[in-house]
Amino acid sequence: MFAPAPFLLKDTSVSQVMTQVCIALVPGIAAYAWLVGPAILVQLVIASLAAVVAETAMLRIQKKPLAMFLSDGSAIVTAWLIALTFPPLAPWWLVAAGTVFAIVVAKHLYGGLGQNPFNPAMVAFAICIVSFPALMSQWPSVGLQLPLVDQINVILGLAPRVDALSGATPLDAMKTALKLGEGSQDVAALLANQDIYGNFAGRGWEWVAFGYLVGGLWMWQRKLITWHVPLAFIASLVAISGALWLYNPAQFASPLFHLLSGGAMLGAFFIATDPVSGCTTPRGKLIFGAGAGLLAYIIRVFGGYPDGVAFAVLLMNLCAPVIDLLTQPAIFGMKDAGKGDRS
Amino acid sequence: MLMNLFKFKGGVKPPTNKTQSVGQPIAAAPLPSRLVVPLHQSIGGTPRPVVQAGDKVLKGQLIGEADGWISAAVHAPTSGTVVAVAMHVQPHPSGLDALCVVIEPDGKDEWITRQPVDYKALTPEQVRERLQQAGVVGLGGAVFPTHGKLTASKTVAMEEMVVNGAECEPFITCDDLLMRERAEEVVRGIGIFRDLLQPKKVLIGIEDNKPEAAEAMRAAVKAVGENFEVVAVPTLYPAGGAKQLIRVLTGKEVPASKRSTDLGVQCFNVATAYTAWRAIAHGEPVVSRLVTITGNVHEPRNYEVLIGTPMDELLKLATPHPDTDGIVMGGPMMGFLVPEPGVPVVKATNCLIAHSDRLFPPKAPEMPCIRCGSCAQACPHELQPFEMYWFSRAKNFGKTQEYHIFDCIECGCCSFVCPSRIPLVQYFRFAKSEIWAREREKNAADQAKERFEFKQFREEREKAEKAEKLAKAAAAQAAKKAAEAAAAAAAGDAPAPAAEATAPAPAAAPSAADAEKAAKLATIQAAMERAKAQREAAQPKNTDHLTPEQQRAAEEIESRRTSAGLVPPETPVNEKSE
Repeated sequence: MFAPAPFLLKDTSVSQVMTQVCIALVPGIAAYAWLVGPAILVQLVIASLAAVVAETAMLRIQKKPLAMFLSDGSAIVTAWLIALTFPPLAPWWLVAAGTVFAIVVAKHLYGGLGQNPFNPAMVAFAICIVSFPALMSQWPSVGLQLPLVDQINVILGLAPRVDALSGATPLDAMKTALKLGEGSQDVAALLANQDIYGNFAGRGWEWVAFGYLVGGLWMWQRKLITWHVPLAFIASLVAISGALWLYNPAQFASPLFHLLSGGAMLGAFFIATDPVSGCTTPRGKLIFGAGAGLLAYIIRVFGGYPDGVAFAVLLMNLCAPVIDLLTQPAIFGMKDAGKGDRS
Repeated sequence: MLMNLFKFKGGVKPPTNKTQSVGQPIAAAPLPSRLVVPLHQSIGGTPRPVVQAGDKVLKGQLIGEADGWISAAVHAPTSGTVVAVAMHVQPHPSGLDALCVVIEPDGKDEWITRQPVDYKALTPEQVRERLQQAGVVGLGGAVFPTHGKLTASKTVAMEEMVVNGAECEPFITCDDLLMRERAEEVVRGIGIFRDLLQPKKVLIGIEDNKPEAAEAMRAAVKAVGENFEVVAVPTLYPAGGAKQLIRVLTGKEVPASKRSTDLGVQCFNVATAYTAWRAIAHGEPVVSRLVTITGNVHEPRNYEVLIGTPMDELLKLATPHPDTDGIVMGGPMMGFLVPEPGVPVVKATNCLIAHSDRLFPPKAPEMPCIRCGSCAQACPHELQPFEMYWFSRAKNFGKTQEYHIFDCIECGCCSFVCPSRIPLVQYFRFAKSEIWAREREKNAADQAKERFEFKQFREEREKAEKAEKLAKAAAAQAAKKAAEAAAAAAAGDAPAPAAEATAPAPAAAPSAADAEKAAKLATIQAAMERAKAQREAAQPKNTDHLTPEQQRAAEEIESRRTSAGLVPPETPVNEKSE
């Protein structure tokens, strides 16, 4: 017998969706590679290979169709997000282990594609930063670009992890300086004196953030994501950082600094928008995005980790089901009755 | 002519594929070798057959009589001989059989005596009855008996009458051609509906990809001298859904729980208006309809087809390509593959699409839902299809209803956009049919339970009544005894033992009042007995299942205790209420 109606289908598929997400990441990746060198491309390859191996193994074990699920591209998206959130010169096994953990535990042990309650890439980040805090905090010093061979050697552990890697992200550096200074340090002075911060939020990192913004807007234009989550994320991050910045500009960095540093843009457009682990109703998406932005700020400014996006997203993943339940939109013809209908 | 249009949320834009079949005018399909006319061709009661094998029938002769108010008559599509009244497979996805009248045409196509009338001379009731007798039903696909929609609500004023010429499904062009070629009769039919319902406005909605039809309708409206508004609505599937068209033209949203008339709107299809006019003004019952034959064929075209024509014979007129492997009845969004090619054309058949894998490539395998929300964005009823899918799959039907599954119109937009290729509508149909089945089962069980409970209640009541009677009798006796004792005590003889004298004396002293009190106590006792019996019915005890003798003995003991003043400790509480 034939498949039921509709007989006409839109030309779309999960792999098309995932491929477009990967394409949307390209501007950010390009800026990243320009900033820190081709090491990031190596990490993307390592993470992708680890993801494919882990995915294949898990599909085998569960006797799920290999070709269908391997070609859906979801594992690659997870892998790329891991590679882009980990330090670019992190040892290969750290990236691989994070990816395997994401695919095996965060994705397949929860039922595979579409079933994971938590964003797998963010689970990998959280696990690794808790387990290997030092390695996860080693970012290349600004302005230093090792030749490709040296970068690969560092990643593969064939060369010593040189001092050049002891740098912190601008976000981390700012926090540490402010904390150590205990009030004696001043944001304006830090920005003026240290080369690492560049014009807004970290030399070169603004361009990476800008790349993610461009890719994110493209996804919005292609209707892969809606505006709700990114806008709410950015708005809440700007609101809280702006409020504290106005309150004490010497101790709190500007909204622009927070928007363009760390994982803010990647988080707003590519991570918090993950439909599987996020909210799905329009109002739910607004709450999810706003909550993630707020938590990201609190964690990155007042918490002990260099950035807060991963934990913020995971915490909001926890809340997503109940937010969705409580924000069901009124349906056609029930908009007046809708309020009393679901109380 | 500029009017403010409204939008409905969601909707999709599948390729329309309409141009193929509009190139040529409507043609009459030739008489088929055999006509199989199902009796049940509308929503509501199944018409009773009024002919039998061997009967000669004329074109338009009644063969199935409407069964009840929501039911429409069925007629012989041509003159000939009834060869059988038998079960035959239906153009329905279930592939089930239903009773059909099989007619062998005599080739003369000879009409009954038609009786055209001027409907203005008839009462509204007479018009409705004529429409029912002529088998006029909604030809947009729902086949609801039209006369049943032509009574204005007594409480809500009819504001707008919406006439549906949107024809939003891809491939289908029969309404388009009807409006192009027979616009005047459509407009006159609309006039009948207007006169019966008395709406303030009549709005004819036509998707803007049919400018010729809209133009023809405008000209006809003018020629007939009506004030109907012909409105071009944006082409967006499913703009031709009744609820969507009502929304677009009036801004009103009709939920599943309401009828459109509750909101002062009624909606008819253009083809229905046409058949209504033919039925009233020409005395012709519905024996044929326009059918678009398209898809994997050489010559797509619209035909005027007799009801009962086997689909495979009809499809040959358009010369199907050799790789045709099935027939879709209806459009590609909501239609279905007929169970076998020989099923008959019915009043609901607006389109036949020759199916082939080239035309409709087989679907990729179903993937898990990634909750992307595309379906929710496409849903014209603003539902959350992925949530309903989740609960349908889990057979958690209560939850599907919380997510308003019965507001789903099965338009297919969600399945159309799903990147995981999940046949969402199928899941919803499954859930709906399961819910209906359970509802039926539950109703049956409820009735059985009700009968059982009533029986139990009756038995309890009889028991309690008996106990009360006995208690009353015992109490009366006790009162009599007490009165006698009091009388004796008053007389002063028979010096009672000290203990006895002190105990009953205070109770017995004010004799008349006391007897009354004793009776009251007995009544209270009986009431408590009833309550206890009810409690016991709920909680089995060792005093259950007593023989009548034991029961009576126990009751006597109880009543003796009452009369002796050994009332249970609840009594003081009861006394308060006195």
